[in-house]
Amino acid sequence: MAQVALEGIHKVYPNGFEAVQTCSFVIQDGEFVVLVGPSGCGKSTLLRMIAGLEDITEGTLRIGDRVVNDVDPADRNIAMVFQNYALYPHMTVAKNMGYGLKNRGISKTEIDAKVQEAAKMLNLTDYLDRRPSQLSGGQRQRVAMGRAIVRQPDLFLFDEPLSNLDAKLRNQMRIEVRALQRRLGTTAVYVTHDQVEAMTMADRIIVLNGGRIEQIGTPKEIYSTPASTFVASFMGAPPMNVLNATVSSDKHVTLDEGLELPVAAPAASSGPILVGIRPEDLTLGEGTTPFDVQIVEELGAQRLLHGTLGGQAFSVSVNKDHEAGTGTIPVSITPGAVHFFSREDGFRI
Amino acid sequence: MKRAGFTNPWLPILLLVPQLSIIVVFFYWPAAWAIQSSFYLQDPFGFGSTFVGAENYTDIAQSIEYRKVAWFTVYFTAIVTFLSLSIALLLAVKADNVLRGAKTYRTLLMWVYAIAPPVAGFLGIMFFDQSHGPLTRFFGFFGWDFKLGVDYFDTATAMIIVAVWKQIPVNFIFFLSGLQSIPRSVREAALIDNNSGFRRFWDVTFPLLAPTAFFLLIINITYAMFDTFGIIDTMMKGEPGANPMTLVYKVYLDGFRGNDLGGSSAQSVVLMVLVLVLTIFQFRLIERRIHYT
Ligand SMILES: Nc1ncnc2c1ncn2[C@@H]1O[C@H](COP(=O)(O)OP(=O)(O)O)[C@@H](O)[C@H]1O
Ligand SMILES: [Mg+2]
Repeated sequence: MAQVALEGIHKVYPNGFEAVQTCSFVIQDGEFVVLVGPSGCGKSTLLRMIAGLEDITEGTLRIGDRVVNDVDPADRNIAMVFQNYALYPHMTVAKNMGYGLKNRGISKTEIDAKVQEAAKMLNLTDYLDRRPSQLSGGQRQRVAMGRAIVRQPDLFLFDEPLSNLDAKLRNQMRIEVRALQRRLGTTAVYVTHDQVEAMTMADRIIVLNGGRIEQIGTPKEIYSTPASTFVASFMGAPPMNVLNATVSSDKHVTLDEGLELPVAAPAASSGPILVGIRPEDLTLGEGTTPFDVQIVEELGAQRLLHGTLGGQAFSVSVNKDHEAGTGTIPVSITPGAVHFFSREDGFRI
Repeated sequence: MKRAGFTNPWLPILLLVPQLSIIVVFFYWPAAWAIQSSFYLQDPFGFGSTFVGAENYTDIAQSIEYRKVAWFTVYFTAIVTFLSLSIALLLAVKADNVLRGAKTYRTLLMWVYAIAPPVAGFLGIMFFDQSHGPLTRFFGFFGWDFKLGVDYFDTATAMIIVAVWKQIPVNFIFFLSGLQSIPRSVREAALIDNNSGFRRFWDVTFPLLAPTAFFLLIINITYAMFDTFGIIDTMMKGEPGANPMTLVYKVYLDGFRGNDLGGSSAQSVVLMVLVLVLTIFQFRLIERRIHYT
């Protein structure tokens, strides 16, 4: 168990591509931190630098009290779970799990005991003598987890470990992984492109965009006060509506197409801005703002209405018992649920 | 699934005819002929032949000369196979470390190695040239008076070196592509599990390379036993006298130089049986193991 500290970490690949811009943050002992962002934003690069699989171009990485920049991956006392499981195809499940221990000079009886214990925890006891090719995707995933936990590492690293599973299994494993980490109390860094995974699993989320950290915060903070339009539209499904508008008075903004919205504008701002409204922060059939519904999407518990508001694309989500059809209906915006972002850089005002 | 079929039942047979006739003309027919003539004693001047039963075979079994050649073939095959596999593996591992990800390099290197083999044999002989060969001079530097085609041991050494040299590129390409097909994440998992590169190689990389290695083992044994004919022929410079040779070369020597067609046929039948055994062994093993996924 350990705290992980990144100080001025920066990554430039040998071909000159800057995959991670200079960043610093601290992961507390026992914390579950999720790195989330779209594909290619540098999540894996960051994780692999922590693992030691990728050189750190600049900066200092500490695991516990130790600077590990130049420490071999095997000597960092970490365990990693890969997206495609990366099991050793020629070893049995038991051997797969025990391999890392064997190399640490632990006695055979002790290894067996640890493997048995982990197998029991993961319901793998009946499969210990099988080869990975004789297991289902979910079972392979468990073996990969088992390989990580028998080592009792200071730090778990996960690189999209659930992406290859089907939706149902993914939801189930999500809960299991989280429960396991809580029980063991091991610090964890978890990479995913799936905002649902990030929201449901994380103690804290780090949102990455194009090699840069956009925001660090608890799931609640990220959702309720997104630091930028990028975070606002990436976290949450359906994404937040972002409208081009101009501050017209301190009680109103005017959309670019001329429609006036009754929202209290931020004090320090004037001129063109971006207005963000989450789809669930609207009430149908009240107010004066006309919403032109073009498509209704049934989600079971919810109903999504897609259309335009003052000529700009807009979505509203309503409860399942709320009847809705296409056509123009008035909507009212929940007071205080409006976010403002700069038109220049997309950051929160 | 949709099955493709022939409407005319004769068409598939017709399409097979060229291949089948090649096999019949160049394999079954000579093989049958060899089996038949191995039971006869041919007149060296071509005036008929006499049925001698298994005498040609008992001659082989009792021949000290044949036993000597057989043992040389065993040593030669074992050494050539071992050296060309292990050197190629070593080179492939080194190249793989450098080439990981660098595709252009890899293609270039492959090309160089793909072109080399036909040229290699000829170059090898130049290296051992009595008066100008750099390797002859090199050995001379250490006081080894290297006599290709004269001294049994020296000729054997040269044959092995050239045979190994010629085979390394083929093995290299197979090993390299085998190494590159090991998933990156599996190697990385090993990197996290084990800090010794040596142990990682033998615990993870090599077992995953085993299918390739086994395939190459068979290929190399076959190569050393049969395909080195040209090298051996060139190396002994037409003087079989005191020089080493393999079983295949002896078939040729006894049959075409010594005009003992019956004895030579019997020897080739023995070799055919050997190939058959090797083939069965290969199929058995491939069926049984070395498939992980
Ligand atoms: N070895 C490499 N050399 C050069 N660029 C790389 C290398 N690995 C990844 N990249 C680039 O770095 C960026 C971030 O990659 P990665 O960290 O794998 O993204 P993510 O895991 O967020 O999808 C991508 O644009 C990718 O193309
Ligand atoms: Mg990735």
